[in-house]
Amino acid sequence: MIKDPQTFGLLVDNVSRFVRERLIPHEQTVAETDEIPETVRREMRELGLFGLTIPEEYGGLGLSMEEEVRVLFELCQASPAFRSLIGTNNGIGSQALIIAGSEEQKQRYLPRLASGELLASFALTEPEAGSDAASLRTSATREGNFYVLNGTKRFITNAPEAGIFTVLARTDPEAKRAAGISAFIVEAGTPGLSLGRNDKKMGQHGAHTCDVIFDACRIPAANLIGGQEGTGFKTAMRVLDKGRLHIAAVCVGAAQRMLQDALRYALERRQFDQPIAEFQLIQALLADSKTELYAARCMVQDAAQRRDRGEDISLEASCCKLFASEMCGRVADRAVQIHGGAGYIAAYAIERFYRDVRLFRIYEGTSQIQQLLIARHLIRRQTA
Amino acid sequence: MKVLVAVKRVVDYNVNVRAKTDGTGADIANVKMSMNPFDEVAVEEAVRLKEAGKVSEIVAVSMGVSACQDTIRTALAMGADRGILVESDTELQSLAVAKLLKALVDKEAPGLVLLGKQAIDDDSNQTAQMLAALLGWAQGTFISKLELGDGKATVIREVDGGLETDSLTMPTVISVDLRLNEPRFVKLPNIMKAKKKPLEVIKPDALGVDTSPRLVYSNYREPPARKAGIKVPDVATLVDKLKNEAKVI
Repeated sequence: MIKDPQTFGLLVDNVSRFVRERLIPHEQTVAETDEIPETVRREMRELGLFGLTIPEEYGGLGLSMEEEVRVLFELCQASPAFRSLIGTNNGIGSQALIIAGSEEQKQRYLPRLASGELLASFALTEPEAGSDAASLRTSATREGNFYVLNGTKRFITNAPEAGIFTVLARTDPEAKRAAGISAFIVEAGTPGLSLGRNDKKMGQHGAHTCDVIFDACRIPAANLIGGQEGTGFKTAMRVLDKGRLHIAAVCVGAAQRMLQDALRYALERRQFDQPIAEFQLIQALLADSKTELYAARCMVQDAAQRRDRGEDISLEASCCKLFASEMCGRVADRAVQIHGGAGYIAAYAIERFYRDVRLFRIYEGTSQIQQLLIARHLIRRQTA
Repeated sequence: MKVLVAVKRVVDYNVNVRAKTDGTGADIANVKMSMNPFDEVAVEEAVRLKEAGKVSEIVAVSMGVSACQDTIRTALAMGADRGILVESDTELQSLAVAKLLKALVDKEAPGLVLLGKQAIDDDSNQTAQMLAALLGWAQGTFISKLELGDGKATVIREVDGGLETDSLTMPTVISVDLRLNEPRFVKLPNIMKAKKKPLEVIKPDALGVDTSPRLVYSNYREPPARKAGIKVPDVATLVDKLKNEAKVI
């Protein structure tokens, strides 16, 4: 946690400048080659972007949630692929270790995650277990000092390059749903661990996902996160609470960029002898976008501050994820509309962003799952 | 050897500055401020000299309002060892800055003073030259290459006619141009470490310097908007227009 506004201001300025001078100029190449160039990856590592949220004692910056979302507002004004590369180390890939890992596990992995030497992936989703995550089937069977993992994980972000995986697997087939699930660290290269082909996605090219397959994959029992079976699902849900707020902040950043692009275009593009920004119907699109964007930004900052104060923000995190991702989709749609025909052409960044941001309404809990969670929280609070 | 680097807080280079409507100055209320880009090059050069083992300490100096501490912190995050702010709420013109720098040089005894060749706010391009004159030191201005030897500094200067190589006797004052190097992005952990580096704040009075302005700016206005050009059908028309309308040939 930095707290001191002067130091944090310098940090945010520096990230914003890096985005403008180093990331945005590479966006088109990343989209065309489906690869973030190694030079840019190295710069991202050197800058310290992989360790934003990892505690200082393990080599990270130890940003508070509020600081993290403010950095994301800046960082995510560049293609979401860049955020995706650093997202797992700062979020779902490392959080289980930070929340529930033993000191030895933290010492072993967190410093290398903070430096970006290792990439971490979070393997929860399965072919048959998406929104219904508690129904996951991947099994972990204890054999002496080892666990043997069997099963398949799907759409795993950064898996093709990951050095370690946080894997959710069922240790007790008899226990009811969530109670039988445990979390493990599995290192890449462990015999029995293999990867599927990279998924061909609608957008976010340069960010890679694939299947992760466990076939009699033996891992040391010491790799059970927290050293206790049956607590994995609870840990995963805590990871996702933070992850949802993280994604909501990502949506705010992306929407800011899209609105900025749309505004610039509206001021440059002339029809009927004037910039189209002078037309009230265009102004309505801009104004509605800005209003929703501001609302989402305030929500995310409020929820982040509450989390930093130690409040349980499960409900608020779902509200933020639902509103910010849907807002982002609407802003993308309006921004394409303002661009007119040009918005449908790949030469303009908005065509790419329109596809990229579609994912935000789906992953880390679909909009519909967020609606259910919010309603369940409300009902539980009322009837408790 | 100790190096003194001067860093100025200016309007960020991405900001489009407008004149105030009453002509009393530039409207810079609530705009983003940053380190002068030429000064970033100077800091980067000092850090590279230190990394190469040719410099033992880098002192970053800024002058102006309290917020100039941000600029010094940026220099500290880039690799400077400590900072000095000469704090003043009144306008500091080039000669006042040069005199204050001379007082600091007398106090700190550096072997080299590095400055940006000019600041992007007033583009004066005066401070380094004035400082060298006040100190009676050799000066190398607008340099694009610097090599430190035994008691000598060899510089390549970007002059109107091309490139000029000079050998300067140390200690010396050097003002840098943009081609000298490409400043690094500050590593985020270094920003946090910079918070712990020493930053001294002193007043001009303590240095015994009279900083009252010598120049009066009477009016600020924006340059006239460029008129749209015209297309001419052929070379003969072009020559005719240059000769008879524009009267430039």
